[in-house]
Order: sequence, then structure tokens, then C-alpha cells
Amino acid sequence: MELKKFIENFAAQFDETDSKIFTAETKFRELDEWSSLIALSVIAMADEEYGIKLKGDDIRNSHTIQDIFNIISKGL
Amino acid sequence: MSAYNPFSLKGKRILITGASSGIGRATAIECSKMGATLVITGRDKDRLNESFLQLEGDNHVQITTDLCKISELNYLLDQIRSLDGCVNNAGIVKTLPTQFISESSLNEILQINTIAPILLTQQLVKRKIMNKNSSIVFTSSISGVDVAVLGNVLYSTSKGAINGFVKNAALDLASKNIRVNSVTPAMIKTQILKEGSISEEQLNDELKKYPLKRHGLPEEVAYAIIYLLSDAAAFVTGSNLLIDGGFTLL
Repeated sequence: MELKKFIENFAAQFDETDSKIFTAETKFRELDEWSSLIALSVIAMADEEYGIKLKGDDIRNSHTIQDIFNIISKGL
Repeated sequence: MSAYNPFSLKGKRILITGASSGIGRATAIECSKMGATLVITGRDKDRLNESFLQLEGDNHVQITTDLCKISELNYLLDQIRSLDGCVNNAGIVKTLPTQFISESSLNEILQINTIAPILLTQQLVKRKIMNKNSSIVFTSSISGVDVAVLGNVLYSTSKGAINGFVKNAALDLASKNIRVNSVTPAMIKTQILKEGSISEEQLNDELKKYPLKRHGLPEEVAYAIIYLLSDAAAFVTGSNLLIDGGFTLL
């Protein structure tokens, strides 16, 4: 799995936030647009793109996009 | 002289699907305590047996069945001669935002939550298994009927269809004296939630939206189902009984 592509997939779940601001270090829960629906979208994206079933707690315990990437990488 | 109880299920033979866990298991146990003789089904043989061992009284039957498989459905139907009640309870949840719906996820949830219980009902009527003055109850949900829940679109779709079926089947089957009703619970504490992607924290946040400040218990849905199965509800058909701790008031 490629980090750059993952960040693109992550950013695609947002509608208002400029996709250019997303990096591995982005603290996604601090973004204005972050919501429980986007959390569900990230979970669905991980399943659809990578076949990994994230739990709500995986999102809750993560701070950066890299953290989520690491959880998915471990599961692959 | 036996004690006065218009809600008694004594002498009634009742089929309960999805009895291996959650609301189905609680309904089976409570119905047995009310005197019913049960046929319980579920997909998981071990968990179904755990439910079976908790039933009170004699002559109950357990049949492991995947209702989505026609051969297993037919086998189940071949074992049953007559019924006074049927509880269509088997169901799954699936959390997926609308843009992530796939044909397979849509098919899966509709097959289990909507198509299988409708076809079971159809067969029970066609084969004249349902007695006169019998009662069919569906476990539906406030989701898709009264409210919407973020990411719950597939489940809402499946239960919304059940809601339509209940009303129309109630009309169609009234001439046969078969009543058709549903219960529409809000969030109930069952394993089905633990298996999803909802966190404990999200569930606790949800509690604040309930005037009664808690989620329901499986038994509290079972009691409503018992009412609809019993002769106390003899004049009730095509209705949804709301069991939501006041959730839809707000």
C-alpha cells in the first residue's frame, strides 16, 4: 500500500477541505469538517480499497493520517 | 382455576427466527415463560442451542436454518405442521455511508432482513401452516420508519420495506384472520451492535438523545412481541409498536 495514494483516498472523504492540505502528519480530527459521518466514510473506504475492517476505536485512538495508515498496513 | 392473564401464550405454537442471539433469544425465552411451545431457528448451531437450553417448558424444537437458502427454508417448513404465531426477527446491521453502497452489500442486507422473512411469511400462508386467529410479528426498527441514522442507509432501506410489507400483508391476510404487526425498537443492547463499527463512546453519546436516558433491553422488545402474539392483541393488525425510550419525541 502506498502512503501517497492512501492520503488521497483519505482526503476524498472530505468535500469542503482543500485536498492539498492533507499530509501524513495531518491531525484529521482537528479539521473543521471532520464529523462522525466522515469517520464512517473512512471506515468504509478502508474496507472497499484495502479490505480492512477498521473499528470506531481505531479512528478514535488515532491522531494523524499516518496512524490510520499504520493500522491498515498491519492488517494487510 | 388458572390465573387470569390475557397475555398468556399457553397452548400456542410459535416460530421464532434469529433466536440464537439478541432480541430473538430474549423473545424465545420470554415466550416460553408465557407458556408457548416454540420452534426456534438461527444460523449458528451452538448459539441456537444456548438459547434452546434456556427455554422453559417442554416440547420445544430447535432447527439450525439459513433462511436465505431455499433448501434450508423448505426443510424448516417441512418440519412444521401448524403455527399460532411467527416472529420474523432474524436480521443484520451494516454501516455504510450512501456513496459506499455496493450491489453485494445491498443484496446481502435485503436478502437477510427483507426477502427471507417475506418469503417465509408467504410460504407459511401458502402452505396453510398459520392457524386461524394467528399472529405474525416482524422485528423492524425506528431506523427507516420514523428516523434516519448516519451511515445506516442499508439497514433503513431493509426495514422501510418491511414496514410497507407489514401494512399491506395485514390487509391481505385479514380475511384469513391472520394478524400482521411489527415492533419498531430504537437502540437495544445486543451483540449486533458490538459487531459493527460503532464505538462504545458513540453509543454513550447516543444515550443523551433518549428521554429515558438509556438503551432498551432485548426483553423489553420481547414483551411487546408477546403482546402482539397474544389474544390481548386480537383486534390489532397492521400496526407498528414503538419501543424507543422516547427517542422519537425529540
